[in-house]
Amino acid sequence: MRFLYTAAVLFLFWLALSGQFTGLLLGSGAAAALFVAALGRGGRALPGPVFLLRLAAYLPWLFWQIVLSGLDVAYRVLHPSRPIDPRVMKIKNPCRTPLGTALLANSITLTPGTVTLDAGPEELVIHSVSAEAADALLAGEMQRRVMRVEGTPDV
Amino acid sequence: MTEPGLVRTAVSAVLLVLGCLAMLSASVGILRFPDFYSRIHPAGKADTLGITFVLTGLMVREGFTLVSLKLLIILVFMLIASPTATHALAKSAYIAGLGHWKKEKGKDAP
Repeated sequence: MRFLYTAAVLFLFWLALSGQFTGLLLGSGAAAALFVAALGRGGRALPGPVFLLRLAAYLPWLFWQIVLSGLDVAYRVLHPSRPIDPRVMKIKNPCRTPLGTALLANSITLTPGTVTLDAGPEELVIHSVSAEAADALLAGEMQRRVMRVEGTPDV
Repeated sequence: MTEPGLVRTAVSAVLLVLGCLAMLSASVGILRFPDFYSRIHPAGKADTLGITFVLTGLMVREGFTLVSLKLLIILVFMLIASPTATHALAKSAYIAGLGHWKKEKGKDAP
């Protein structure tokens, strides 16, 4: 089941990249997808469709944060007095899966004023460029949203 | 490529210019910020924003074709790869024990 799902995703990706629907290319695409899926057996599974849908629901908010983040950086860069006040802090990692932790760490890097320095199963080390950015992260909105995407493990 | 009309040309032009401005502010930020960790902020964020704007602008210009689907795939890849690369840089500096610049110490970088 998992094998077929992986092969199907790979085959769709092949179709998107090739864009030609002749028998030879479809056949070699299917063969390549099956071969790669077979190679990947026993490795870590692709995220399931439910996770991908929840991720798609999370992305608009993340994109809005990226826009805010770019504006925030542009303001701090272009302001004559360069208003930054960097600090390093640790926050708890609320995620239970490696995938959720990676998503949270990357989201923190993309949102205004914070960069993840180190991500472990228990806590994350954050470099923040201002006090406001640190407070926004400690308010925990992002952690809640990422945990909603993460859901229950193995879905 | 379907021939873009006036509205699509205008929208894509605005997005492309916004993208260039975001990347320009990223470059200025890398020069102006005092230390490694704070320089990573504009490099990782404003760059991502810039590339998102540029790719979205190209997608608007291209219309609903296979090429814009490929641009979308590139965009998704960049949204994953860019913060991951930033994190890899920041983490190696953190593990190597590089200290970070604090405001109290004065105005210039160590």
